Formats: sequence, C-alpha cells, structure tokens
Amino acid sequence: MAEFFKSERMNAIVERDLRKFFRSPALMMAAMVFPLVQLIVLGNAFGGKIRDAKLGIVDHDGGPQAVRVIESLRAVESNARTFEPIVYSDEKQMVNDVRKGNLNAGLVIPPQFSRDVYAQARPKIGLVLDNTDNFMTSTFEGTMGDLVTALNQPDVQPRVVQQIALQVVELYPYIEYMKYLLPGSITLAMFVSVMIGGGIVFIDDKARGVHEGYLVTPITKMELVAGLNVAGALKAMGAGIVLTVIGSLIAGVGSTFQPVNLFWLFSLILTTSFAFITMMFLLMVRVNDPLVPRAIFGILNTLLYFPSGAIYPIQAFPKWLQWIAWIDPFSYSVHGFKAVLLKGVGLAAIWPDLLYLSVFAIGMFALSTMLFKRTL
Amino acid sequence: MNDAVRTKAKAIQVINIVKRFGNFTAVDGVSFDVAEGEIFGLLGPNGAGKSTLIRMMTTLLDISDGTAVIEGFDVRQDPDKARRSIGVIPQAMTSDGDLTVWENLSIYSKLYGIPSADREASIDELLELVDLRQWRDAPARNLSGGMRRRLEIARGLVHRPRIFFLDEPTTGLDPVSRVAVWEMITNIKQKRNLTVLITTHYMDEADRLCDRIAIVDHGKLVALDSPRALKASIPGSSVIEAQFLAPPAGWQKTLTQLAAVNSVQPEGAEMYRILTDDGSRTTTDLVETAVKASVAIKSLTVQTTTLDDVFVHYTGRQLRDQLADAPLYQSPVAWGK
Repeated sequence: MAEFFKSERMNAIVERDLRKFFRSPALMMAAMVFPLVQLIVLGNAFGGKIRDAKLGIVDHDGGPQAVRVIESLRAVESNARTFEPIVYSDEKQMVNDVRKGNLNAGLVIPPQFSRDVYAQARPKIGLVLDNTDNFMTSTFEGTMGDLVTALNQPDVQPRVVQQIALQVVELYPYIEYMKYLLPGSITLAMFVSVMIGGGIVFIDDKARGVHEGYLVTPITKMELVAGLNVAGALKAMGAGIVLTVIGSLIAGVGSTFQPVNLFWLFSLILTTSFAFITMMFLLMVRVNDPLVPRAIFGILNTLLYFPSGAIYPIQAFPKWLQWIAWIDPFSYSVHGFKAVLLKGVGLAAIWPDLLYLSVFAIGMFALSTMLFKRTL
Repeated sequence: MNDAVRTKAKAIQVINIVKRFGNFTAVDGVSFDVAEGEIFGLLGPNGAGKSTLIRMMTTLLDISDGTAVIEGFDVRQDPDKARRSIGVIPQAMTSDGDLTVWENLSIYSKLYGIPSADREASIDELLELVDLRQWRDAPARNLSGGMRRRLEIARGLVHRPRIFFLDEPTTGLDPVSRVAVWEMITNIKQKRNLTVLITTHYMDEADRLCDRIAIVDHGKLVALDSPRALKASIPGSSVIEAQFLAPPAGWQKTLTQLAAVNSVQPEGAEMYRILTDDGSRTTTDLVETAVKASVAIKSLTVQTTTLDDVFVHYTGRQLRDQLADAPLYQSPVAWGK
C-alpha cells in the first residue's frame, strides 16, 4: 500500500521551488514593486487636501457686507490656501472660465446683498461649481458652507446657547491616506506573489514537463499538492514581510515594530498566504494552458482587491458587491492588517479574520487535493 | 531473433492495452512482452501511439482497457510499486535549468526516498557513470544538449530502477551526442543489468542497439521481432532507388516486370524504390531497360534492406515523411508538447 504522507518528499518539492526562486527572484521582486508603487503613488495622490484652486469672484454689490465676504475668502487664501480668489467684473466671462476649466468654481455676490443682510431679507450668494469633479465640488461646498456659517454667527454670542453642537472624539491619531492604503498593499503583495509563484510558474512548470517528472516518482497526490502550496505560501510570506517592513517605514506606521504587533502581523501574513495560495492552486489545478493565469490576473485582481475595503469602505458598496466582499479572503486580511497597523489592537479584533482565513485555506486545500490529477 | 533474451523472465508485459481520448483510440489493443535485460525499441511515426504507450506503462496516463505488468506489478492495481521499479526519461528536457546538476539529482533522490546517508555517494556514482562529475556544481542550463540528456538519464537512475523507459532520448541531439548517449545507455544497461524500453526515430540506432523492435502505427502493433528477423520478413534483400528523367507512362509497371523484382513504389520527383531479391541483376536489367526506352537515369543507388524498408513495408509509408509533417495527433493532455 502506498504511503499516505511522507514529509521528506513534500520537502523536496518545497526545496526545489525555493531554490529556483532564490536563483531567479526577478519575478518576485516585480511582485513587490507593484504594491509598493501603488502605495506610494496612490497614497500621495489621494487623501491630500485641495490647495490653490482657482475661485472667480464677481461682486455686483460692492457694499460693506460684500467686502466682509471677500475678506473671509482672502483669509482662507492666506491660511488654508484652499483656493485663490480672482476678481472678475463680468459674470458671464467668469461662468465661461469655470466651464473651460480656467477656474474651479465661481462666487457671485448679487446686487443689494449688503442691504439684504442688514434687512435680514434672506441674503444669498451664488456658488458656480464644475460638478464633473465630485472631489473638488465637495471641497468647495464644505469650505464655503463653513465660511457662510461663520459669517452668520452673531457678533455677540447669547449667554445661553440653545443650538446643539456635535463634539467629535477621534479614537486614533489622524490617519493619512497612505497609512490607510498600507494594509491593502501588503495583502496585494502577497496576492501578486501567489499569482506569479502559484499561478504562472506552476502552469509554466506543467507545460515544461517538470510535473511529468514528479508524477513518475512514488510521490503521493497529497505530498505533491502540499509541497507546491507550502512553497507558494513561503514565497508569499516573504513578499508580505518585506512589504510590511518597507511599507510601514514609507507610510510612517511605527506601531508595526512593537513585538506584540509583530506577532499578530506575522499570524495574518501566515494565514493570508495559505488562504491565497490554496485558492490560486484550486483555480489552476486543472489548467494546462500557460496563457490562462496571465489572462485572468487582471480579472482576479479587480474581483478580489477592490471589493475588499482596501481602498474604499465596504459599507459604501451595493449589496451584491458586499456579498463578494463577505466571501473574499482579501477582505479579512485587509481588516486584520488595519486593526493591527492602524489601531494597534490584537487578537480580540482579528480572531474572526484569522479563523476565516484558516478555515478558507483548509477548505481550498482539501478541494484542490481532491481535484488534482495524479496522471497527465 | 535473440533467443537468449526470449528465454529470460518477463520484465514488462503489455496485455491488450487500449487508450481512448473521447472517440479517438490512440492505442488499440497492443500486447507484447519485454524480457529481462533486453533493449526493446518502439518505432512508429508521430501520432502512432508510442508516447501514449510509454505513458500508460509508466503510470502517467490512465489505461482505458487491458493493462501492463511491470516487474510483476500491475500498473492499474499497484502503480506505486511499479513506479519504484522504473526510471523514466520523458521526451522533453525536464531537468531544472536553475538548479545545479547535483541539486537536480538530490531533489529526485529525495522524491524516491533514498536515505540521506546513501544519497551523496549514490549521486557521485551516477555522475561518474554519466561522465558529469566535473559539472557537479554547474547550473543545468549551462550544459549542452547532450550533457543535459545525460543528466536526465542519471536522474532516472537515482533509485536504481530495474527497468528504464526512454522516450526519444536522442531527438534534437547532434550526431556526436547521439552516439555518446547510446553508448552511455548500453554501458549503463550492462553495468546495472537494466531492461530498456526506448522509442526512437533513428532507424540505424534501433537496428544497431535494440534486441527487438515493435513497429506501431495508428495505435496498433504491426510488427514485432529482432531487427534481423524483421528485415528477413519482407520480400527482397536489396533496395534500389532510381530517379529517371521524364519516364514514359506505365514505367512503374515496366520496372515491376524486371526479373527478381518484388515491388516498386513511386516516391515522387520521378523517383522509384524497387525491392528485389537480386540487387546486381536487377540493376543491370534496369539500366538496359532504360537505355532501350531512351529514358535517362538521373541517379541510382543499391543497398541491402534496412529497417526503413521494413517500416515502409509494414506501414506503407516512410518514417521520414511522417517526421517532416506536423504531428498527426497530439494527446489532449500532452501539456504543451
């Protein structure tokens, strides 16, 4: 009767894969460069505050209240530098410049504005927005809303304030977008590594006949599948560890290097790597064409990375996309990394993630072993 | 036929073996035995079913019907024990270019469960055997084609198998490397008392080195015997290949009527292949007939019967014609070959 499992034979497969990897690490380096570039570029491109936008102003009033508005705008220009006011005499010209993109927005102070303020006769100022750019639009709406609220405040506050005020308590220090992206980038590095090491290289080896060589030896199905999965997981773990260290240094996440956090991060890297490689192996277990893993790389990346909450909150997704996020191992990995890296919390917060990733990996491994063919 | 070989125990028994891929029957009820210590050659054009046969015997492909018994182990019942008895060299170069010669052998000795205490000595002995000792630490990708093939031969022998399967081991090698590989195989066969089953396209090699040859065509065994017996089995002891300049209509019939001629096969470009029992007489008659008919002879060669002629006789076509064609059939699970 054939031996069921002999670790020496599994280790031989792992040894071969790792020796090969360390002799030609270019592909795996590429796997780490992609998430790092994404972290640096997206981290710097998104999440920053708008600076030096162009705001056209047409003052049809010229009265003291209009001067007060313009002074407020100049104050924003000098301090927050959100926008730079540019005075126009012709309203039509200003609106045209907003349309053409020469201005980001325009402010119209109507005739009789000052009189309406004094008469408390519903004074209004107009804001012309280029609403093709949502981010710019919401920035102007927010800034101008704050400015109008400030202008509406009475010069002398009543002794008893009857308005309800919202007092915001932030549990954690301000999180820059790059830090927010870091958990997704670490997870992405492991995924790309698995896609290359467990997908592309696996199928290329099959096509070159390397597996044919294995199949004439007494190696069992389980030893072979376990060997290929362990080798792929070790490579993914390498990518995850490198990205965690370099990414934390670039994004300025110092808490990474606390011993307890390191332990939980390692646990997440370990379980994520096995969850990803077993999933990839299951997808590739009956594939023979080397073009297939290359062709589905982009689709898998989109299908797994974007719904995971790595770059946008899952709560903002439609229901069907939330269902994808619910089964996507990426989501649990990203959630776990966010908990440890950004909040510094441990097992209490990440145990569901570790559990899901472990159960997912075991399930995928069992399925792929069942589907793996011991013959050509 | 080599009687000494035939009386030995059977190392391989192929019993009415069949392989179907959907509606296509790649191997159709083939049976033969290979005796211990024999070098057994499988000849056939591309798509004839040679590789499929080897893959079934080496447990790489499921068998649709029939079976193969290797060293007493039925490959369908006891594939694991059969695997331990055999060494297999696939057609493609599957050694790992990124790994050194020693590492390639070490990985496989682990896969075969060679104890670590014996591993080093066993690999060194193999490297000596295939003359690669000085390349021990060189990456396999730096080896020439012939050396790489020798490495693969060593890899197939790490566990001291009793039976060695080689699927076209000299294809793609230059003539010098081919000779070196064959010499190495016969040398190893003697030293290790191996039974060798080999496929090749090179008739001269098969003729010189195989104890017996099986000719396979369209998945069926069409002939099986020693090279000598196979050559004796076809009519005619000589082959004349003659090319004429603008022969008249009915020229083939004219040639067939010459004394001692058994058959005439047109081979295109006004070339004819004539099988005869008396080469010199037919040559004289042929020249006289051509002179009388005012047909110029462009070229004329006379040779004794070769395995090529045996192949043509049994399959109705030249093996080299088949080699020039694209593969007639590729296994749907051939993994890119």
